[in-house]
Amino acid sequence: MSFLDYAPAPESTAILNLRENYGLFIGGEFVEGHGTPFSTISPATEKHIAQIANADASDVDAAVAAARRAYDRTWSKMSGSDRGKYLFRIARLVQERARELAVAESLDNGKPIKESRDVDIPLVAAWFFYYAGWADKLDYAGLGPAPRALGVAAQVIPWNFPLLMLAWKIAPALAAGNTVVIKPAETTPLTALIFAEILQQADLPPGVVNIITGAGDTGQALVNHTDVNKVAFTGSTAVGRAIARSTAGSGKKLTLELGGKAANIVFDDAPIDQAIEGIVNGIFFNQGHVCCAGSRLLVQENIHDEVVSRLKSRMSTLRVGDPLDKNTDVGAINSRAQLDRIRELSNVGVDEGAERWSPACELPDAGFWFAPTIFTGVSTSHRIARDEIFGPVLSILTFRTPAEAIAKANNTPYGLSAGIWSDKGSRILGVADKLRAGVVWANTFNQFDPSSPFGGYKESGYGREGGRHGLTAYLESSGWTAPALTKGARK
Amino acid sequence: MSHLTVPKTFKLYIGGKFPRSESGRVYEVVTAKGAFLANAAKASRKDARDAVVAARSAVSGWAGATGYNRGQVLYRIAELLEGRRAQFVDEIRRSEGVSESAASAQVDAAIDVWVWYAGWADKYVQVAGNGNPVSGPYFNVSTPEATGVVAIIAPQESSLLGLVSVIAPALVSGNTVVVIASEASPLSAISLGEVLATSDVPGGVVNILTGSAAEIAPWLASHADVNALDLAGAGDLDWVDLQIAAAETLKRVLPPEVGIAAPSVERVTFFTETKTVWHTKGLI
Repeated sequence: MSFLDYAPAPESTAILNLRENYGLFIGGEFVEGHGTPFSTISPATEKHIAQIANADASDVDAAVAAARRAYDRTWSKMSGSDRGKYLFRIARLVQERARELAVAESLDNGKPIKESRDVDIPLVAAWFFYYAGWADKLDYAGLGPAPRALGVAAQVIPWNFPLLMLAWKIAPALAAGNTVVIKPAETTPLTALIFAEILQQADLPPGVVNIITGAGDTGQALVNHTDVNKVAFTGSTAVGRAIARSTAGSGKKLTLELGGKAANIVFDDAPIDQAIEGIVNGIFFNQGHVCCAGSRLLVQENIHDEVVSRLKSRMSTLRVGDPLDKNTDVGAINSRAQLDRIRELSNVGVDEGAERWSPACELPDAGFWFAPTIFTGVSTSHRIARDEIFGPVLSILTFRTPAEAIAKANNTPYGLSAGIWSDKGSRILGVADKLRAGVVWANTFNQFDPSSPFGGYKESGYGREGGRHGLTAYLESSGWTAPALTKGARK
Repeated sequence: MSHLTVPKTFKLYIGGKFPRSESGRVYEVVTAKGAFLANAAKASRKDARDAVVAARSAVSGWAGATGYNRGQVLYRIAELLEGRRAQFVDEIRRSEGVSESAASAQVDAAIDVWVWYAGWADKYVQVAGNGNPVSGPYFNVSTPEATGVVAIIAPQESSLLGLVSVIAPALVSGNTVVVIASEASPLSAISLGEVLATSDVPGGVVNILTGSAAEIAPWLASHADVNALDLAGAGDLDWVDLQIAAAETLKRVLPPEVGIAAPSVERVTFFTETKTVWHTKGLI
């Protein structure tokens, strides 16, 4: 037994009080869905957790109608301060039930409990707390006085941060005065359904938030519904593109938070110990199921060997296994389909000539697992340097000059995030200026905060979530324009 | 002794130069009553693509200039417009069939819009950006910057004011522009190109195409090196198809305007990207 072997320290699932069947949450109540129900499983064991209702087009209609009714009759007439109070209540209830939500999230998603407990759920509460305070301060959002809510918001979220993405979507939408129909991902519906119970405990007026479960066809019916005014989507660029096409000409306000292939740039004057931690956090946090993951490591050529050697040594200490174990660093891959994609792209990496390395680690027999993996000798034309893998796979490239690092970092259709590691402030700011990415982390990585706008350039989507910018994605100006120019032409 | 006038050949404005359409095509521009005014170049797909190349190569210089510098360069255009007022009034009057006073009012408004937007160049970042109070030891600031190349379909009416109302806001933050001028009244657009060419705006920052928007716009909407699309004047085109084409590369798209877009800082910020930079703070 080495010092790395820990006794198992599993978080108890006794805190959960799950139902065998979950319906759709429409108009403040759980109702039966009309599609064929599906099972949600734990990706770590492939064991069934609960039966989940499947919303068909008629259920989507009912959910949108409930949201419209709640908007017309209740939510649009309520004062901002009262809307805010509901959001504060939700924030507190999330804090109170934080441990339960963290366990459910790790069970359903496969992410390590230390991440769901210390990152996901605290941020969920923080998101509601932050936007709660905006609800009665919309005049200060930057759109001029008395900005207007849009109406009914259709929201479709991914499986990588199930409850956190729900919070990113619902909190600003409600603060701005919209009502919501949201669809969690089909592999991770559990925490959204527990959240529905929280909404009942908060006594949120029925229909203000409707949660419908289902797969891609449910999401498609939702975003294309003629009675929604706003569409917000987080997920793949391919689906985002399809939504941009199908909502064209509809007048729906659209925000898209899509894929990424972030460059994490390490200069030779970087604080190496911190950089190694940042590289590991950048790509192995949440099994690399992160749209802003630092999946392309750009290392200055003269320190390449040292960085790779230290990185390998650090990776050898990562504990892969039971998501509910408090010592686990890397959990399960979310689904078989995702595991297949990661395997396929990794094999392509080998076929194209890159060198693959993983630390020795035992993977459980059941469930979906992929060992942390790095590729060296990667060139910019390799698919593993271009395609989003969305898994614990890092491609390592080198550069010689800052200009080359910038050119390589920007050589992608994506533009979501980037990292810079250097001890030289002027270099960091100079490089940050030239990176075409919506979030730049300097001497840190994967930091999130409700006050900090997040979102991409280019094919990583448009619009921002978080901060004042995230609020304006759910508002429109009341038509106020600059007084000096409303008088028209001089005579 | 009478003076025989020397009519102007109206050409395109691409990359700071005035080429004819590579297709060799022209179309007749007529007065409101149908009399011949001029032959304007009828831009082709190739011209549109050349314009995008010129616009792309001008982005780094224009977006990299300081806001103060861009503001002065834009203000300089208003100065030059003022000096050429008689020419613009004359062209608008003849081409749009409006009275001298209406044409004059349009030129005045266009100049005022330039001045208004020019003043934003060194201010919009403060209004649209934020220092963010994150809960941790981090410096965190969000700043908007230009999105890149913006393709614009200018309004059909009010040929000068309409054009200015769409290109000025895109230029403020450092975008470069490929604009399709009013098809029926392109003369003031090309004359504006002459103003731009003799001002301090670098070549390629504004590229002006004349001809059929219905023919050229689809090539711009689907062009992978265009970042954003302003459909201001596309109300009579199949603009939904243009928006669908733009979705392929997830361009930012502004829908058609009814009439002339009112000046607004939202038109400036729409063509920007917000970049949020985090940096660790030492715990002292």
